[in-house]
Amino acid sequence: MSSRTVEMELQTPTLDAEGRVRHVPLGVSDSAYEEGFGSEHMLVNIGPQHPATHGVLRLVLELEGETVLRCIPHIGYLHSGFEKLGEYRQYNQLIPLTDRTDYLSPMANNVGLALAVEKLMGIELTERCKVLRVIACEMSRIISHLVWLGTTGIDLGAYTPFLWSFQERERIYNLQEAWTGARLTTSLTRVGGLMADIPEGWEDGLREFCRTFPSTLDEVDTMFTRNAIWIGRTQDVGTMSREDAINYSLSGPMLRASAVDYDVRKDRPYLDYETYDFDVPVGEHGDIYDRYTVRMEEMRQSNRILEQALDRLRPGPINVDDPRVILPPKSRAMSDMEAMIYHFKQVMEGVKPPAGEAYMGIENPKGELGYYMVSDGSAKPVRWRIRPPSFINIAALPRMCEGALLSDVIAINASVDIVMGEVDR
Amino acid sequence: MTPELKGFLLVSIVKLLVVFTVVMVGVALLTLLERKVSAWMQNRRGPNRAGWAGLLQPAADGLKNILKEETRPGASSRVLFLAAPAMAFIPALMLSAVIPFAAPLRLDFDFTLPLLGRFVHQGMMPMVVADIPAGFLFVLAISSMGIYGIALAGWSSNSKYSLMGGLRASAQMVSYEVAMGMSLIPVLLLTGDVSFSAVIREQQQTLWFVLPLFVSFFVFAVAGLAEINRLPFDLPEAESELTAGYHTEYSAMKFSMFFIAEYANMVTISAMMATLFLGGWDIPFTTWDESGTVLAVLVSHLFFFAKVFSWIFLIMWLRWTLPRFRYDQLMALGWKFMLPVALAYIMVIALALWGMGQLGWTAPGTRAWALTAVSLILGVIILVGLDRGAIVGGSDLRRRRLAAAAARTQLAGRPGAPGMD
Repeated sequence: MSSRTVEMELQTPTLDAEGRVRHVPLGVSDSAYEEGFGSEHMLVNIGPQHPATHGVLRLVLELEGETVLRCIPHIGYLHSGFEKLGEYRQYNQLIPLTDRTDYLSPMANNVGLALAVEKLMGIELTERCKVLRVIACEMSRIISHLVWLGTTGIDLGAYTPFLWSFQERERIYNLQEAWTGARLTTSLTRVGGLMADIPEGWEDGLREFCRTFPSTLDEVDTMFTRNAIWIGRTQDVGTMSREDAINYSLSGPMLRASAVDYDVRKDRPYLDYETYDFDVPVGEHGDIYDRYTVRMEEMRQSNRILEQALDRLRPGPINVDDPRVILPPKSRAMSDMEAMIYHFKQVMEGVKPPAGEAYMGIENPKGELGYYMVSDGSAKPVRWRIRPPSFINIAALPRMCEGALLSDVIAINASVDIVMGEVDR
Repeated sequence: MTPELKGFLLVSIVKLLVVFTVVMVGVALLTLLERKVSAWMQNRRGPNRAGWAGLLQPAADGLKNILKEETRPGASSRVLFLAAPAMAFIPALMLSAVIPFAAPLRLDFDFTLPLLGRFVHQGMMPMVVADIPAGFLFVLAISSMGIYGIALAGWSSNSKYSLMGGLRASAQMVSYEVAMGMSLIPVLLLTGDVSFSAVIREQQQTLWFVLPLFVSFFVFAVAGLAEINRLPFDLPEAESELTAGYHTEYSAMKFSMFFIAEYANMVTISAMMATLFLGGWDIPFTTWDESGTVLAVLVSHLFFFAKVFSWIFLIMWLRWTLPRFRYDQLMALGWKFMLPVALAYIMVIALALWGMGQLGWTAPGTRAWALTAVSLILGVIILVGLDRGAIVGGSDLRRRRLAAAAARTQLAGRPGAPGMD
């Protein structure tokens, strides 16, 4: 076999020793036969344009027959430079950027960022704000898992549950729209509070969702959980042992499916999660099936949390009473000298945390989302670092795909639940 | 040319035109039906803009596909790339020629046309384009031809996705062809003839074969699904893995021809199902349908249509319900389960028939009921034994991972491939 072809194509396009750009041909050549086509191993390029790469992930697979010998993920096709952008933005201006990283759970990202800045500043939130943020986080978890459920179904060939789950997701999107005016780019939080309180009657809409949503989950459950084909496709595929899961720094459902009982909401609680009554599902084998069951159960638990949060929602202020971070009401800004000064300083300068640094990790749907903020006392962060769960989870993909079949690669990739906006940032 | 031959040619041409038109229009409407059925299962409405209830949607799709630009990969093999869609399409249509779609019609005419001469036809006219004695052997032979179109489409595109789709398709269709052929041998044993007319006659006199040959029915149903590449066996075009499998590189009308071939195959397999196991055009509990009147022909045709349609619906229902098999599971199911079951069942039926011959139970009704009892017992055993561990099987990932590790060690010794660990 001509190993040269294999060697060439496995290279990422890069600079060689002399600093010249090395180009790797990807298209079909003019000749009828590809060089090395007669070799035993075949290189298949999956993505960045492919139905099952969940965005623009590119996988180069070296196949022997249909068995994967090596899987090399290439990332960076959706790089947006959010972290660098953040260094030129005031803290509240970072929030729209977080919408766009993990765009399947924007509200939870907003909450995470606000919590990180509040930790830096030592701000204690109001009760109502905490409850509303919990609601935002858990709604995000449900919609993110619903997208995961639907797309995994499609990747394994089952199309119908995709539409069922998207119909449920649509209902949450409507609720998000009613709350923030946007369906996807919610920008819900502000440092010290929220951009808006929920509108009148909104709770009833969420209550109705909580009441009816589990029946859809039950339907999907009927379709998948004991389906022989589903079981055959998912059990013992893409297995990560307990040790591997920890060594690869997995988090979220990926980690819990591998029998590691770690949930930031329980282990390092924020937003008073310790006062809510919910269970953390933990898998046993660390395969795709366990990830599926873990996520299904997480949706039910999120539903439980939502119901509890709705019950403890009391009228009250949503923003802290701190003029350093929260704009005064418009009416007062126009009539009261002091309020006007605060308004002016807020708009012109922004929130100014003290010099220092803070790390805030929250349990995002895809894993532990961390925001690490470094402040020098000015209104803009010196460094804003995101710990994106998808990025760290996807790093285990080559390990999981080794020795699997081509179809398994698709299933494994789906089970990791990645969002490329977050992987590439 | 004798007047009788002319009469035969005349009715044959009329039947040919009717069947061709009905199949083509039916296929077009099936695409609409598929979308409507899926919409119904997914709480949607489906196409409802073109024409009343979307009835003109297939016409719009056809028009669009004719007007679209044809593209061809630069490195494809030109002749085969162009021929492959036709090679997939023609066998699919040829099969509809041998399926009897209604009870025979008593047709007597004798007339003379200017220039063409005298036309004569007398007696029962079978409602089938070609009532050939080879019967379902012809179907098995021709349906295997469909593989060529698909395999060549995959190969000639010179694309890796297409190639893998073509490989999967040929492996899958060849494997299930075997189980399918084996599952039909009990039908042959029971009927003593392979022609469809004889099979239907036997079922009219006794029971529909779905009862006495239940296991064959089951194997044929599964193998049939695999034969036509429909979910859960749609690996050759697994969208999420191979983008579109063997027809990834096809566009416009050539793509449509694969599409039409798929639906035509669906009609054929459903018609085979109806004919071989559900009594064909037979109307149960009456012999009126054999009277040969026009009304009897029409009503029996409706019955045939209903049987075919319900099977097509079941196929669509499965598609929108089930996930897809993996390649190795598919092969394991075909070779390790379907084939042995079909072979064992041939033995069981042959032994049972021989035993009944020894016991003197030669009346067809008695035979059929006795076989029903045997088959249903076997069916229960197989279907209850069809648990997830035994049939679909868990993954043999561990073995494959070891194999990959071994291959990897070899790779490591090879120059090049740096930094890939």
